[in-house]
Amino acid sequence: MLSLRGPFMTQQVVFYIFAAIMVFAGTMVISVRNPVHAALFLVLAFFSSAAVWLLLEAEFLAIALVLVYVGAVMVLFLFVVMMLDINMAPLREGFIRYLPVGIVIAVLVAVQLVLVVGSSYFGLESFPAPEPRPAEYSNTEALGNVLYTTYVYPFEIAAVILLVAIVAAIVLTMRRRPHVKRQRPDRQVAVRRSDRVRLVGMAPEKKPSVRR
Amino acid sequence: MTEVLLNVMDGWPQGLQTLIVILIKITLILIPVMLGVAYLTFAERKLIGYMQVRIGPNRVGPKGWLQPIADALKLMFKEIILPTGANRFLFLTAPVLAIGPALAAWAVIPFTEGMVLADINAGLLYILALTSVGVYGVIIAGWASNSRYAFLGAMRSAAQIVAYEIAMGFALVGVLMAAGSLNLREIVLAQQGSILHWFLLPLWPLFLVYFISGVAETNRAPFDVAEGESEIVAGFHVEYSGMAFAVFFLAEYANMILIAVLTAIMFLGGWLSPFHGILPASAFTLPVVGALLGDGIHWFLIKVSLFLFIYLWLRATFPRYRYDQIMRLGWKVFIPVTIVWLVVLGVAIKVNLGPWFD
Repeated sequence: MLSLRGPFMTQQVVFYIFAAIMVFAGTMVISVRNPVHAALFLVLAFFSSAAVWLLLEAEFLAIALVLVYVGAVMVLFLFVVMMLDINMAPLREGFIRYLPVGIVIAVLVAVQLVLVVGSSYFGLESFPAPEPRPAEYSNTEALGNVLYTTYVYPFEIAAVILLVAIVAAIVLTMRRRPHVKRQRPDRQVAVRRSDRVRLVGMAPEKKPSVRR
Repeated sequence: MTEVLLNVMDGWPQGLQTLIVILIKITLILIPVMLGVAYLTFAERKLIGYMQVRIGPNRVGPKGWLQPIADALKLMFKEIILPTGANRFLFLTAPVLAIGPALAAWAVIPFTEGMVLADINAGLLYILALTSVGVYGVIIAGWASNSRYAFLGAMRSAAQIVAYEIAMGFALVGVLMAAGSLNLREIVLAQQGSILHWFLLPLWPLFLVYFISGVAETNRAPFDVAEGESEIVAGFHVEYSGMAFAVFFLAEYANMILIAVLTAIMFLGGWLSPFHGILPASAFTLPVVGALLGDGIHWFLIKVSLFLFIYLWLRATFPRYRYDQIMRLGWKVFIPVTIVWLVVLGVAIKVNLGPWFD
């Protein structure tokens, strides 16, 4: 079904360009030695998948991917990865030894993926291509409408699970350290001169001599 | 103007025509932005000079007006030095990553009702996504320089920008709720009526949070710990020279203008005239005065200049924040303020509080 004319053709070319970049970046993420480079390739992969989503007219998801993953998550990732001084040699020592196990797991995952999201369930035949929307159709608005009506309970449950994760992450970092002095901004602001400075009246010990 | 162009290109392929029109529009946006950046640096030096009872640059050209041109020429001809041990590719990519998002965000800015390059209905999201990508230039520059000071600057900047982006995002949610649209043109049109209808009043706390977070996002004083010349020399761009440094400089100022433009659009009604509802409707039909009093790009530019002036004023007035105080302000003050105001706003919209939400 490859038509070689018109806007369809352009779309396919754009799709293949971004898909190729995405596959390339994904491969580089797991193959480059430097972890910072790997993280940057992951950013590239996110960007190209956002572009593919834009082609699918899912502009809200595409922009949210850039905003959340590229703009926030990967920045924190890079923050951590840049601070770690990882020596890659020990990490690669057991590579040959673990290779058979790794291959078995990889094949299993691939088989599972094919079984679950293979062409028998998600093939082009089972889903007719959706009508292209008019230009003024707001993807964001449609998504919001569905999320807050039809799927409101799953949406709220997902939100609560995320909240639990946030609370758990914060609790994990809470350690009681009694000997650490902390700054209390409220007390810093409330301090008065009389709390810190004591003015002492003192008689001069001898008469100041006249300098010449 | 577009019609004339289309007449000239009559008979050319449709795609090519569209491409050329878009490229010309991009040029028409970018040249004023770049000139604005150049003369913003001049305005900054002059203004801070006057505030500190100095004269500022006054040697190049009449009254110093050619100073930015001279600076640009100097930076263009300086050598770009690559530090030993620097990652060459990333070192040279970082400035591009800094200026790319800063310029791309201008695509969705409506200057007047018809003057906009891309009138997309997710404009606000697009802006938020692009401004958050700009931090990569700073982080990569700091890391690729292979220098302690640059790296410290990059780390500070990463943590600071992630913190303030959240408050900024919440402030934008408030604008979205009040306007009922993500399209920047419709956000301005939602503020029509009179000066009271601008979102400045109903979203006052969000306006403050947005503008201050904007100052923090652009790494400007008093939040410029990423540069911090008294502590870490010049932060992330300490190893850069010549045009590579100049590109960072351009990106910073383009971002400043962008934040000023966005604040004007979202809270001060963009190109809307402040005289609606004050003067009788007949005043706007007068021959020349009416055009000046009515809506137009001049009001937009005046509002943007106001915020740019505040940027420079802040820099001349305040000492640099301590790093932990920046973090505290972002996480413990701004985010709670925005969340509380979102609830207030929700109630106000629900009870149709006039004159904004009726």
